[in-house]
Amino acid sequence: MPNEQLTSRERRRERLDRGIKVRTEGLYALSSWKEMFYLLAPRIVLILGLLVAPFLLDMYWQRVLCAAGIYALLALSFDFLAAYVGLVCLGGSFFIGSGAYISGLLNAKMGWAPFLTIPIATVVGAIVSTLVLLPCLRLRGIYFAITSFMFPLLTVNVIIALNIFGGTEGISALATYPNPWVDQYLILSVVIVSLFTLRRLVNEDMGLILRSIKDNDQAVKASGISILSYKIKAVFIASLIGCFGGAYLSHLYGWVGISQFSLDFSILPIAATVMGGMGTLVGPVIGALILTPLSEALRGFGQLRVVLYCLILIGFIVYKPEGLMNYLQRKYHQFEHWEDV
Amino acid sequence: MDILIYGTVNSVIFALVAVGFTLVYGVSRLPNFAHGALYVLVGFLTWSLVNDFKVFYPLAILISLGISALLGALIYRLILIRLRGLPTSEIIASFAVGLIILEGLRLQGIGGFKGFIGPFYVLPAFIDSKLRIAGVLIDAQRLILIGGGLCVVAALWLFTHYTKTGLSLRAIAQDEQAAMMLGIDSDRAAVISLSIGSALAGLAAVIILPLGNVTAEAGYRVLINALAVCIIGGLGSWAGAVLASFVLGFAMIISTALFGSVWESVVLVGAIILILIFRPSGLLGKQKELEERV
Repeated sequence: MPNEQLTSRERRRERLDRGIKVRTEGLYALSSWKEMFYLLAPRIVLILGLLVAPFLLDMYWQRVLCAAGIYALLALSFDFLAAYVGLVCLGGSFFIGSGAYISGLLNAKMGWAPFLTIPIATVVGAIVSTLVLLPCLRLRGIYFAITSFMFPLLTVNVIIALNIFGGTEGISALATYPNPWVDQYLILSVVIVSLFTLRRLVNEDMGLILRSIKDNDQAVKASGISILSYKIKAVFIASLIGCFGGAYLSHLYGWVGISQFSLDFSILPIAATVMGGMGTLVGPVIGALILTPLSEALRGFGQLRVVLYCLILIGFIVYKPEGLMNYLQRKYHQFEHWEDV
Repeated sequence: MDILIYGTVNSVIFALVAVGFTLVYGVSRLPNFAHGALYVLVGFLTWSLVNDFKVFYPLAILISLGISALLGALIYRLILIRLRGLPTSEIIASFAVGLIILEGLRLQGIGGFKGFIGPFYVLPAFIDSKLRIAGVLIDAQRLILIGGGLCVVAALWLFTHYTKTGLSLRAIAQDEQAAMMLGIDSDRAAVISLSIGSALAGLAAVIILPLGNVTAEAGYRVLINALAVCIIGGLGSWAGAVLASFVLGFAMIISTALFGSVWESVVLVGAIILILIFRPSGLLGKQKELEERV
């Protein structure tokens, strides 16, 4: 720290890993129940917290919780693509939109029940999104970001122009869930399951390959691994998560429309990810759980919400690029003290 | 004949919108996602100066162009300078700046600010008259637009080939390390390119916007158009950008004439997807093909 060297008494902050941490991320040496608990506590708090939350909230905030779950799913898929594969997808709303429209159409035109349309919409929506993004997968960095940013906006134009799928009015009067408990536990369980599945996935061989694609794709290619097929798999996984969010959303409100391609669904997950800490996967979920209620509280101010996310986003990206989660993890797993130099 | 003239007008609109974005990206490898927002901002600023503060129209244009250039420089100095070399963060941050501007313009009820919503904001045309050229009725503003577009492209070409600043920008674009060894400050070049790029976005706005009304939503469309042109022409390639604007401009006008205006955006998507499949580096994108895009 150059600034601190200017002070007369030079100090530095020494950081020591706690004993349970052996030598690398995700590898621990446990010797007692206490240490086991120390390690498990944050995970249990998160899971239990999510599961208990519906009992503590009233009707209105239960709805907000459902929305937060959808944003958390989107943030997860954004984080997975951006931090592990290197594909910055600015068009997260495309996943929401395609999932929502497919389940909406199946429900409205064929009359199928939500428990049937949601899985179908999740899978079919993911296939559609992957196919749409397929031509851009050869691109990297900003090229991919640019093209993925355009898809939701252009899809809206196409829907309005061709007046398909209900045009500007969308499709309304879809089936909703039997009771609010199904609403909440469906989304919360999916959030928890996909969070821990993704965490497992990125530590498997596949995650290793994906991360090396991000760092140096030429080297991966040289090792005889097809980067395109891995990118396709990664995008498919991410869009599965996103499309589930969309399909769920359509039955939550009983309505689909072009606003499901709106920027809210692209920008809030990004803000949540940056705030929570990119690459942690838990961070984005927590970010979404913080930002969504915040934006709900500001609903009266209209566009101020978007401005606020963006301010938070810029603030975090410039001043605290590691995000909340990395910061907390460091505090939790390390002893810190000041030391004279 | 209709198609020829309106196709040219449309192409020049594309070129004007894209040229600023290409300049910034070509020189400093910074994707300025706030481009569309600056475009709209200049439109509203000019309108506001003319109607609320009763400033003389050309002077109002100059003032708002100055503000836009200043904003471009500030965006770099305050935000992007800390994020150079982190493409993800650059995109997200500049996109966020753009959103703040666009959505900020639509804010209502803070400090008596009504928000720019609705179709009430129209910039006056420079010369309000219509001419007949080869049997086609065309208003003077569209002719000014073609002339203005050509002037901008020519001026930029002269600027980058014959002035010292322009040459230093090109040097940075070609080989940053070598240019820095010769004493060209990369940050200064980036500030200059961002302010010129933002001013160009503004210039495009004051030339194009008198054709219709000013809305905040236009910002997204402008950004998409600029990006489409850059992808099709090859990012950072000037000749490619101009060529791509003509390809897109005519493709749109022709498809509108043949099938109706609903197909416009379909043509845009189709063109991008075709280009990405068959020539991922764009029509004229040369170097960087292996390094960045595959």
